Amino acid sequence: MAIDKAIMYDMSKCTGCRGCQVACMQWNQLPAEKTINHGTYQNPMELDGTTWNLIEFKELNDREGFRWAFFSHRCMHCMDASCLYVCPSGAIKRSPHGFVYIDQTICIGCKNCVMACHYHIPKVNKDTGTAMKCRACLDRVEEGMVPACVKTCGPGALSYGNRAAMLAKAKKRVSELYEKGYNRAQIYGDTQAGGTHVFYVLTEDPKVFGLPRQPRVVSKRPISILTSSLITIIAAAIIGLAGILKFRERGIYRKGGENDGS
Amino acid sequence: MTNHWIDIRNSNCILVMGSNAAENHPISFKWVNMAKDNGATLISVDPRYTRTSALADIYAPLRSGTDIPFLGGMIKYILDHNRIQFGYVSEYTNASFLIDERFDFHDGLFSGYNPKTRKYDKSSWKYQLGKNGIAKRDKTLKHPRCVYQLLKKFYARYTPEKVSSITGTPKDKLLKVYEAYSQTYKPDKAGTCMYAMGWTQHTVGTQNIRAMAMIQLLLGNIGVAGGGINALRGESNVQGSTDHCLLWHIIPGYLKTPRASDETLEKYNKHYTPTTKDPLSANWWGNYAKYSVSYLKSIYGKAARPDNEFGYQYMPKVDDGKNYSWLMIFDEMSRGKFKGFLAWGQNPACSGANANMVRESLGKLDWMVTANLWETETAAFWKRPGVDPKGIKTEVFLLPCAASMEKEGSITNSGRWSQWRYKAVDPPGEAKPDSEIIHALYKRLKTMYEKEGGPVKEAFLNMKWDYGARGGSLVDIHKVAKEINGYDLTTGKLLPSFGKCKADGTTSSGNWLYCASYTEKGNMAARRGAIDRSGIGLYSEWSWCWPVNRRIIYNRASVDTMGKPWNPKHPVIQFKGLVKDGKYVTKKWVGDVPDGGWYPMQNPDGSWRKDTKRPFIMKPEGVGRIFGAGRAEGPFPEHYEPLECPTPNLMNSQQFNPVTARLDKNGNPLFKTAKVCDPRFPIVCTTYRVSEHWQTGAMTRNIPWLVELMPQMFVEMSRELAEQKEIKNGEWVSVVSPRGTARAVAIVTERFKPFKVGDATIHEVGIPWCFGFMGLAKGDSANLLTPSIGDANTMIPETKAFLVDVRKGVK
Repeated sequence: MAIDKAIMYDMSKCTGCRGCQVACMQWNQLPAEKTINHGTYQNPMELDGTTWNLIEFKELNDREGFRWAFFSHRCMHCMDASCLYVCPSGAIKRSPHGFVYIDQTICIGCKNCVMACHYHIPKVNKDTGTAMKCRACLDRVEEGMVPACVKTCGPGALSYGNRAAMLAKAKKRVSELYEKGYNRAQIYGDTQAGGTHVFYVLTEDPKVFGLPRQPRVVSKRPISILTSSLITIIAAAIIGLAGILKFRERGIYRKGGENDGS
Repeated sequence: MTNHWIDIRNSNCILVMGSNAAENHPISFKWVNMAKDNGATLISVDPRYTRTSALADIYAPLRSGTDIPFLGGMIKYILDHNRIQFGYVSEYTNASFLIDERFDFHDGLFSGYNPKTRKYDKSSWKYQLGKNGIAKRDKTLKHPRCVYQLLKKFYARYTPEKVSSITGTPKDKLLKVYEAYSQTYKPDKAGTCMYAMGWTQHTVGTQNIRAMAMIQLLLGNIGVAGGGINALRGESNVQGSTDHCLLWHIIPGYLKTPRASDETLEKYNKHYTPTTKDPLSANWWGNYAKYSVSYLKSIYGKAARPDNEFGYQYMPKVDDGKNYSWLMIFDEMSRGKFKGFLAWGQNPACSGANANMVRESLGKLDWMVTANLWETETAAFWKRPGVDPKGIKTEVFLLPCAASMEKEGSITNSGRWSQWRYKAVDPPGEAKPDSEIIHALYKRLKTMYEKEGGPVKEAFLNMKWDYGARGGSLVDIHKVAKEINGYDLTTGKLLPSFGKCKADGTTSSGNWLYCASYTEKGNMAARRGAIDRSGIGLYSEWSWCWPVNRRIIYNRASVDTMGKPWNPKHPVIQFKGLVKDGKYVTKKWVGDVPDGGWYPMQNPDGSWRKDTKRPFIMKPEGVGRIFGAGRAEGPFPEHYEPLECPTPNLMNSQQFNPVTARLDKNGNPLFKTAKVCDPRFPIVCTTYRVSEHWQTGAMTRNIPWLVELMPQMFVEMSRELAEQKEIKNGEWVSVVSPRGTARAVAIVTERFKPFKVGDATIHEVGIPWCFGFMGLAKGDSANLLTPSIGDANTMIPETKAFLVDVRKGVK
């Protein structure tokens, strides 16, 4: 059994350069969307089927003065993962390193996970009809490489390693930030949703980024195999078997190994 | 950079001013964040709250074009609070030098000004010399004519109240910055500045940087780890191209372009070789002739002989007093004075100030060649929106080029590191490396010259050109790199360093600064030694850095007069020679390559040595210049407003830089400018880049992922201005200057705030200059708005501060 890994995002070091947002699209070969400027640097405005890591730009102004906060919005890979519990087809799985991913060859696009996630992460990809989200660069991680976003992060806001070591690093960082006067410095994801595999060092209140203090996980138990099979059969009947096969063909992922980057 | 990227981590206080490093040099924040982790203070000074400001400990806004008041106020603060590093200042700078009694300053003008020529007679801007011909000094800094006292008097006017009323920076923020930065005067503390075009692209650009250099000298921050004057270059190899004479006034290695009056090689060398009578001055430029002759030998080879002045007469010469810089090229082009134009790896139709004028000018040519990766706005100027191609006579050729990963060679980064790169993939289609295109051009011209003759035939045919590989169109780029390093022509061996360059024609060197980059030991730029023996991140065995692999220049100022580091925790170099009877008896420096390996200036017993040199070896006086007579405007930077500005100059009655060439008055109808306080254009505008697009966006606006992030031209403005103009966030607006209009999406933000200047409220807006009418993300270019006026020393256009109006809606 592999050791639990984690990605840590330290917003106090993030410059909002969005190298990670592009690296994610590049590694996962996600197509670019046609966008317009909405009066902000942020683009697109929300996560979607082809944007799995979105840097959000928040302008904040209160007693402590003006701040421009950057936040990497992406799947947190919960230990208690609602999406995994509600997935009827068994497409949502946990990797040996603890990351949660959606097997595109099995996903039926039922949107259960889209609705269940309290972080509003999985989205249906318009082209494939399946649910998609960050998979923590499974193909890289399995080969001993770090996720693409972490690799590209110059300022050192993103780091990757054993979850326990990352948590210790986060704790140290929070106490440093406290000393520097960041009164709101805190870890998010150490305990939430059973603990997460992407967690944050924040210098702002989590609710600024839409993070519930303690999210309610829908069910601790995965749907039984029987129920799940049943739902799958019904869903398959509705969508049509041909459709499922087509999803497989259209799958945008190649088997790992062709892209030998690190 | 005097220092280098990694060295930023050694700093105790980082002033990011005139740049926006987090956005435009993202990787630099690896080192900035490391410094912060070690307790450094990060300061961001910018008209607008940027992504750099977001990480800063202190953010201070300032109105564009007011850097000199801001920095002048810091000089006053440093002097008032006695925050100078005294030992450094008295020994290593000219603060102690006595200045000519005739030198004076009154109401914005120094002594010697001629309003007719708009030039200074600098004869009073000089040191008082003793009988031995050496400048008189008072190392106590008390003499009323010493530089220190003159400086104090000069900046006494720059009070926080005055500065704040000009810059619009709230006084408390100003003092916070001054207090934090001036703390680095302590010998074991270092402050660094990270600047870029936000300082240079002003009519007082050079003086902006001078002001900071003076601060760094006063605080003892030059030569030390975590200090320096650090220009963040905007292109991966712009340092390399500058070293190899990107600019008209220099030839490789910062040698001077010959003028018509430099009639002979002897006259030329004499003209540019400084002299000194001070035995403690290394006066490195005293070696000028060794480098110029080695250069001629490199260019003309066997045709460079002692009896023909080593081919000096083959060299093109420029007319005395004439300027050939960017703005002048397009001034002349617009008047139809050029037939042809090579736009190589550049996109002036977007990047050039007053871009409408540039685009018009291109239509006056017979032909133009653009060598680029893409069909840029320059290549497509003849089919730009609103223009009928039938009315344009210019024949345009597009030569596709290989990108950096498609060719082999070196690039030199901001930290002067020449790093060798290998070819990763073949260029697509017909694209070729620049060197092969130039080689083909050379061969074609050579054949034509041989058959048909032509002007400067001899100069052309006598050029040494043996870079071809296997006789074909390929270029052996290693041969070029070796030629740049140079040879001992008596042995045919590569020179080990520029110390071996000779003025008698027995050595060659294409660029003396790069001598030692490719030696008999191999290609130094290709080294990849990843071990840091210095402890301060010099990584001296990784690639190679000019000069002679010295990672921090002026590093002999990082030690005291006995050779001990001012900061023992971050020693750049230290003297480890043996001591006998209180005297140093052997020479040994450890650490970085020292700026000259002489003994320290003082022995351990306190006696002064005579066989030593002062640390600032490039200056004839051997010390850093707080009083700098070399610049056009004066020895101390003084505040003048930008050409286009919404306020009278509150510091003196010279509204505008008194020595800048008034291109706006040279009769070119395309040089349109706003008046001071022009009611038609009441808003200050500045230009900048964004992380997501690079330069004019020629590359990045063709990459869909980057286009997704930054799809459209925008203008950032304060809520107050938006309210006044009834503009909503995300709405399309027009930004209008006397020269053009740019349509943009309004980003209404608290990151811009109105400035309180004098009694007035002044608004500023900002626009990115990465857009154009080609590529996937199209938008109006910011440079359609910018003025054709330049810095008095460099003629770099003032694109960081000009006047506009913002109007709701677009046409």
